Amino acid sequence: MSPISHGADWDFDLIERYDTAIAQVAGEYGLDTYPNQIEIITSEQMLDAYAASGLPVGYPHWSYGKEFIRNEQAYKRGMQGLAYEIVINSNPCIAYLMEENTMTTQALVIAHACYGHNSFFKGNHLFRQWTAADGIIDYLVFARRYVMECEERHGAEAVEEVIDAAHALMLHGVDRYRRPAALTLKAEAARLAEREAHRERQFNDLWRTVPVNAAKTETTAAKPFPREPQENILYFIEKFSPKLEPWERELVRIVRKLAQYFYPQAQTKVMNEGWATFWHYTILNRLHEKGLVDDGFMLEFLKSHTNVVFQPAFDSNMYNGLNPYALGFAMFTDLRRICEQPTAEDRAWFPDIAGSDWRVTLDFAMRNFKDESFIAQYLSPKLIREFHLFAIADHRTESTLKVDSIHDDHGYRRVRKLLAQQHAQEIRVPDVQIVRYDRDGDRSLTLRHVQRRGRPLNDAAAAVVTHLRRLWGFPVRLETWEDDAQLHNVAELAA
Amino acid sequence: MVYLIDRRPNDRGKSAVNRERFLRRYKTHIQEAVKKMVGDRRLADMEGGGEVRVPKKDMSEPSFTFGRGGDREFVLPGNREYVAGDRIPRPEGGGGGGDGNDGGEGDSQDEFVFSLSREEFMQIFFDDLELPRLARTEFGRTHRHKSIRAGFAKTGVPANLAVIRTMTQALARRIALGGGLARETLGLQEAFATATAVGDAGQAATLYAELDRVERRRDRIPFLDDPDLRYRNRVWRPEPIARAVMFCLMDVSASMDEEKKDLAKRFFALLYLFLTRKYEEVELVFIRHTDDAEECDEDTFFHDQRSGGTVVCSALELADKIRSERYASGWNVYAAQASDGDAFGADPARSARFLRERLLPAARYYTYLELVSPHASERASALWAEYERLAEVGGTFAMKRASARDQIYPVFRELFRKEAQ
Repeated sequence: MSPISHGADWDFDLIERYDTAIAQVAGEYGLDTYPNQIEIITSEQMLDAYAASGLPVGYPHWSYGKEFIRNEQAYKRGMQGLAYEIVINSNPCIAYLMEENTMTTQALVIAHACYGHNSFFKGNHLFRQWTAADGIIDYLVFARRYVMECEERHGAEAVEEVIDAAHALMLHGVDRYRRPAALTLKAEAARLAEREAHRERQFNDLWRTVPVNAAKTETTAAKPFPREPQENILYFIEKFSPKLEPWERELVRIVRKLAQYFYPQAQTKVMNEGWATFWHYTILNRLHEKGLVDDGFMLEFLKSHTNVVFQPAFDSNMYNGLNPYALGFAMFTDLRRICEQPTAEDRAWFPDIAGSDWRVTLDFAMRNFKDESFIAQYLSPKLIREFHLFAIADHRTESTLKVDSIHDDHGYRRVRKLLAQQHAQEIRVPDVQIVRYDRDGDRSLTLRHVQRRGRPLNDAAAAVVTHLRRLWGFPVRLETWEDDAQLHNVAELAA
Repeated sequence: MVYLIDRRPNDRGKSAVNRERFLRRYKTHIQEAVKKMVGDRRLADMEGGGEVRVPKKDMSEPSFTFGRGGDREFVLPGNREYVAGDRIPRPEGGGGGGDGNDGGEGDSQDEFVFSLSREEFMQIFFDDLELPRLARTEFGRTHRHKSIRAGFAKTGVPANLAVIRTMTQALARRIALGGGLARETLGLQEAFATATAVGDAGQAATLYAELDRVERRRDRIPFLDDPDLRYRNRVWRPEPIARAVMFCLMDVSASMDEEKKDLAKRFFALLYLFLTRKYEEVELVFIRHTDDAEECDEDTFFHDQRSGGTVVCSALELADKIRSERYASGWNVYAAQASDGDAFGADPARSARFLRERLLPAARYYTYLELVSPHASERASALWAEYERLAEVGGTFAMKRASARDQIYPVFRELFRKEAQ
């Protein structure tokens, strides 16, 4: 077959033809995707999109303005390039392509975003569980309108104050486990009727004559609330804050919903980017095999691809953390290798997948893991060697850092475990939960930070408590506990 | 299936509202920066935008995250020489090589720098300032035309079609035209029913044909007809525009050195920028004076050198002459006088009297800026002393002193501060 096009120029017709070709290859590999909506935008619009965390619609807030100005300055001074693309987890899946891209880049981006990310959004369990791709755009539109209406009615400052406060608690505004669905009115009535019937069946007048232990009733009255510590602080505020106005509650809810929407993304960065990168690489190579793209295309593509998956060493100037594209791409590629050409080491480490069908294995991995478990499950010794990964221990009792383990037989498992932990949300975000709401007393709220291994909260914690105090309206206390012993109060704000 | 959408023609200023929010939030920082800029800038650049710096710590968004300290391990790529158990000295400034999580925080900049557009700059520049007694604005004879809505019209372009109004009209017409026929139909139907009931086949057939004819007539009433169409109507209405004339009076005598002239120019520039924001049309009259006054153009006024003695009254007289000749009615008159106050003899008293009797009653606002050299004694000049009595009466006269560039803006703000309501 002859190549679809030559040269760097693109037009809408070409994009469509490339998309058809890519869709066909993706179909051959069995990628399951939402329909695609490709939007061509300018670099200015890309900056706009950046500021709103990539969302197409957002409510007005100064922090987005700050983000916009920051990006704009960085871009204008040439300190930062723009992403080729932004993709939104929605149905249809919206991908923004920049008009400055060459045809090759557009094709790369289509394969990456419209088939890679898209299939990940549709398949990965976290996204399936936590985000409603069908409704997100509508919800954003609602949120924007609601916030603006509130501003009109209650003044921009009042709205800003609530949103500021809610933003400060965004990391602690997500559900990590599904809440049981609220009972419908009918189910609730049925439940009450059943309980009533049960009481009638069990009725025995004798119980009335049994003396009641007065002390015992008192303790039940003073039962602490909430019964269990609550980790979703925003949810608790939304439901129980004694002072919030209804519209303020709704604002808190909007911020919480957004936090929840981004929750899967933060936990699947390596997997998501790795998956998309793996597929653009695989798909475009397949196009080349089929003769649909020419060698010039491939050279340009490989150059971009190499830049994307470049991992500088820790002591390099360019080092800025582990590159999720590099790690993810390497892991998925390695997984395919383990399936297709397993070595003795692979057979020992991954007996269940070595030599299996790579498509089934990759699909399973994409669907059922998040970064933490994905790394813990699939990072192979070969990759640890290739990346020269090593673990550093930073302990407060020692004056120097210590090399904990490196890429050797003793170290593989340890490095893998530590790297997995490094990607765990539970470890990246401090454990702060609501332990007590003094409903019958001064209505104060007590939060408990459970400190592990002596890692304290940062200085901004006091500012967060101030924000929380604003939302709560009554005294708020933040305690730090370690090993079941209270260390100190980080902050306490009286009414 | 793919939907391709070209979003490029869409609005680009999506973040404008957020940007504005941001600016409002850091207003005090920005005002500080703007104040500094007025002192530093060249006169020609006065109108441009500018760069603002805000300390990063003032605008952080707090959240519960980990601080320094405690035990932790982190994994890094690119090991070359280390083996397990090696000791590495802690890098200075903590983090150092840093782990993946802290990667983004290593920003060395501790100030957030961004630029303001011209519009934003001016906004902040003149924020909270007001021209005194603007409410009594005189409207000139010239008018500007403004398009306003004026009901509905029977003709117009399709874009202006008022759909609801049109449909209402159509409905009314259909009812009006069809009412009689509807009644007729009803009567015929009844007659037809009676005829069929009694079995009069001939009568029934005639009635049926008649019914058919009436119904066809009803059907012929158009759903929408040309006379129904209504269009939103707009008319042009002349609106008077507010005009202002600004007299700039500057003393260019020998005692006014370069430094003082620069201060005066800055003051005039501010006043001009401010007036252009408040009035649609602003005319400028430049008068410079030594012992006699002359009108000159802007360039000469600001840049030409001249020296001589000082007779303030000459300038005032000239200003009044020009005012009564050219701006007798329909103009809001503002005047600003800058001088070092070095007037002698009878001149200060005469000037003050002239001002009180002739100029002030005609002017909206008269400001006097006395420029003193930084090292000068606090002793008031002769002119200042005379003018002070005018100021005590209050009303349209205000005076201030300035000795350095950075005072011009605060002085200006004080002269035009919005009065508390």
